[in-house]
Amino acid sequence: MRAVAVVGIGKTAFGAFPDRDLRSLAVEAGQKALENGRAKASQVEAFYLGNFAGPSFVGQNHLAPYISSAIGINGVPSTRFEAACASSGSAFFHAASAVAAGLYDVVLVGGVEKMTSQPTPKVTEILAGAGDLCGEVRAGATFPALFAMIARRHMYQYGTTREQMASVAVKNHQNGAKNPLAHMRKVITMEQALAGKPIAEPLTVYDCSLISDGAAAVLIVPLERAAEFTDKPVRVLGVAQTSDNVALDEKDDITTFRAVKTSAEKAYKMAGVQASDIQFAEVHDCFTIAEIIAIEDLGFVPKGQGGPFSLAGGTCLHGERPVNASGGLKSKGHPVGATGVGQICDVVEQIRGQAGERQVKRNTLGLAQNLGGSGATSVITILGAA
Amino acid sequence: MNDLGAGTIYTETVVYSPPEAYVNDVPYQLAIVELMSGRRVTGRVAGERAHIGDRVLFAEFRNNVPFFKKQS
Repeated sequence: MRAVAVVGIGKTAFGAFPDRDLRSLAVEAGQKALENGRAKASQVEAFYLGNFAGPSFVGQNHLAPYISSAIGINGVPSTRFEAACASSGSAFFHAASAVAAGLYDVVLVGGVEKMTSQPTPKVTEILAGAGDLCGEVRAGATFPALFAMIARRHMYQYGTTREQMASVAVKNHQNGAKNPLAHMRKVITMEQALAGKPIAEPLTVYDCSLISDGAAAVLIVPLERAAEFTDKPVRVLGVAQTSDNVALDEKDDITTFRAVKTSAEKAYKMAGVQASDIQFAEVHDCFTIAEIIAIEDLGFVPKGQGGPFSLAGGTCLHGERPVNASGGLKSKGHPVGATGVGQICDVVEQIRGQAGERQVKRNTLGLAQNLGGSGATSVITILGAA
Repeated sequence: MNDLGAGTIYTETVVYSPPEAYVNDVPYQLAIVELMSGRRVTGRVAGERAHIGDRVLFAEFRNNVPFFKKQS
């Protein structure tokens, strides 16, 4: 297998953009990634797109060639990947695997979602399509409700508190306020977070990530050709995708995501590193409890210690192990199909030393964790200085 | 499955922000119930609020959704 490098990144702002359509967002991100990697559209040998629910949110199908042709990429494989909120993480996993295997040299990976053109109950219903429609969803489960039930159980088994969860939101908003492309660039206080409007007990609106529009893209090539495209290549040291049951009630222990553990083990092994080596991470904080569980499942802290570690500031920008320096899904925004590749862009920016006010100090080995549904898909990507 | 009967609340929540289909139901209590068979099922709790560890009894199906009631 060949070593793979990220040589170009491109992101749109994340937010609510009533005047932008899905394609224009994806094209902007794709063109920025090509420009950043000094590549022409005609050099691209395959286009991989992550998108969760374009057909439901905006009615458009056949999205990959619809987007790639508008970027000027034609006559090559152009395919959409759907894995709920891990759609573009999955697209990246398959794209990097194809480059590693020698199938292609120059590949563009994009992710996009356009969510804000629908009212919240409709968005809630479309997102619930990533759960089990014949069981939990029919009973009235929404994604906030599923993660609320996860939070309740985590609180019951490990003593996790509302304050510990709220500290994740406060920290991610602190970081997101420094991110010019973030959806909600405002600092919040612990008092505000705790007093938020209830969404699904014990989660308030401040425990939930945002409904956003946005797109992200990365250009990947074999490491041996990286110098043709950039003087700041970032190496893909490990990437793994694994799966688990979709329905929450089919999982033995809902306080952990089995797929996150198995994909992390594979990615660590591939990269030849241990959890303790990872200096910083972008994790999938679709809900505050998800970040707490992520740092446990990734092995950053022992099981049950995610809450206390967060409240004590261990994951802050200048803490022991910075998590979601970008602001995370909570503040940066969560256009679901764009999230996985967006996280990879954020880790690459950190390794290149281009994260501005959000720059972490130890920046040579970072990880991105992208979760689909209530844990049925997990993609872990480990990136390092080339 | 005919194992619906008595069970224990494994986890629960009260939903305030509903999907489109249930906008008229809020707030409602949703729970994963662990049945005597060991199987877990997601359903609603009607009536008195139930918490983790509470015993519940299957009451009825409404539109294929199992409803439970807290055992007094």
